Amino acid sequence: MPGLNEADWIALQLTLKLALISTTLLMLSCLPLAWWLAHSRSRMKVLVEALVALPLVLPPTVIGFYLLILLGPRGAVGGFLERAGIGHLAFTFTGLVIGSMLYSLPFVVQPLQNAFQSIGRRPLEVAATLRAGPLDRFLTVVVPLARRGFLSAAVLSFAHTLGEFGVLLMIGGSIPGQTQVASIAIYSHAEAMDYGAAHSLSLVLMVLAFVMLLSVYALNKRFRLVGVIQ
Amino acid sequence: MTLEASFHIPRSGFTLDAHFSLPPRGVSALFGPSGSGKTTILRCVAGLERAPRGRLVVNGQCWQEQASFLPPHRRPVGYVFQESSLFPHLNVQANLRYGQRRVPAAARRVDFDDTVGLFGLGDLLARHPDQLSGGQRQRVAMARALLTSPELLLMDEPMASLDEASKADILPYLEQLHTGLDIPVLYVSHQIGEVARLADYMVLLEQGRVLAEGRLQDLLTRTDLPLAHSEQASSFVDATVLRHDSQHHLTELSSNAGTLWVSRVDKPVGRPQRVQILARDVAVALSPPVDSSVNNCLAVTIAGISDDPNPGHALLQLDAGGERLLSRITRRSCERLALAPGAQVYALIKGVSLR
Repeated sequence: MPGLNEADWIALQLTLKLALISTTLLMLSCLPLAWWLAHSRSRMKVLVEALVALPLVLPPTVIGFYLLILLGPRGAVGGFLERAGIGHLAFTFTGLVIGSMLYSLPFVVQPLQNAFQSIGRRPLEVAATLRAGPLDRFLTVVVPLARRGFLSAAVLSFAHTLGEFGVLLMIGGSIPGQTQVASIAIYSHAEAMDYGAAHSLSLVLMVLAFVMLLSVYALNKRFRLVGVIQ
Repeated sequence: MTLEASFHIPRSGFTLDAHFSLPPRGVSALFGPSGSGKTTILRCVAGLERAPRGRLVVNGQCWQEQASFLPPHRRPVGYVFQESSLFPHLNVQANLRYGQRRVPAAARRVDFDDTVGLFGLGDLLARHPDQLSGGQRQRVAMARALLTSPELLLMDEPMASLDEASKADILPYLEQLHTGLDIPVLYVSHQIGEVARLADYMVLLEQGRVLAEGRLQDLLTRTDLPLAHSEQASSFVDATVLRHDSQHHLTELSSNAGTLWVSRVDKPVGRPQRVQILARDVAVALSPPVDSSVNNCLAVTIAGISDDPNPGHALLQLDAGGERLLSRITRRSCERLALAPGAQVYALIKGVSLR
């Protein structure tokens, strides 16, 4: 079994960078959304919940395809950016980030929403009567009580991005150093009948994912991944 | 403390439309059957709920009026919830400190160690809420609320979720609020026994409206209100321990109404003790009986006679040295003794309850 060549290392780095960036952005942007879903009584809620869950059931290629159209040079978003002189987003790293965020959305929103729902309103009311303002309540009551939800969301999002393939291939193609992440590099190796290289990279990904989950479980024995679908 | 409240909240089924004011000190009870809007009113006072139309002025400060609404964390109130409300991720000490830390040092009037002592929490400080009994949890919750040095303490049926043993465990601590602390309390309950034991003032609610408000004793004995006509109709007398008779396991209490013998009370002489006297436990006689088993006989004046739901019964209001007692007797006895308002008679009290 040969070791990893330089292109593989670059693909691996790109994968980790993508997972890190999209997980961070997802955690920040999904927090208010999950909060709203957990507490809203709006009729819009079911609609939003269904939309958020869509990536769970759609083939990744469908999401990738629509993103390609939307973000490409002639798409609504891509075309606008092109005219603004920024350039379209198809086959770019930014495009990959958008694609993987969209694809991992339910993996972040649902654990957070479940965690917020299981806390309920009461602890927040208690904190309010004990003089804690809104931000104070969030940091000292919600964060510690929802820590498993936060951890679940982050781990699921990170691991899910490591393993993402279809969306990324559609929106990013396979440009080494720019959009060729590890999973796509493995596919390229296999397509070129270079099974040894595919094997090495696959093994690295598998060990990486396993060690990540193992360390999380070991850090907190009580840790459980909050179910993605209730 | 002064409080003037007026809340208008449309609900499915009825409209909550409550106006009341509270006396500056002591324990005030918001009393009424389940669903009469008690908890909603309490939540509006705390700012946890916002009445679409409402006005709330406390100590001259406006907490709610038209568009202005002071958020709950800016209101100097303590709130004790019905069920356990301790933060599960914090131990008892951290729960107690949570509110206290958020009050400016200059505004802290309630001492931590004193409060821990008062509620008997010294041995529990390092425990987590899941290692406490129901009664202990509510004691911590009460202490935690008090440690914010509130100008008003709000309590929403703090004993409703407790079993009888835990209730007995917690009642003495609640009574301390009454006697030991100078913080006015607004106490929600649908248990008249609890109210009679703890409160001084009462706001009587029915279907979202204030039926009557006033001194607890006046409301309990007013014959135009439903309380005096209920099976458990009673009045109470605030007394102090006069002496103990250890041979007969009795304690003599002194009150405005006269002296009363009760089963032995475990309190030193001079300590206050409130007693409850049920209307059905009071009989009347024209002269003091000399050969009766009844221990307590008070000279009283009949203040009023009214009908009771049972046509065979009459309800007497008795004035005993300024205290009001109720007596439920048969209409036949009433006629036989030719009882009339203003008559001097003797109240024979079969049972004096310490609750």
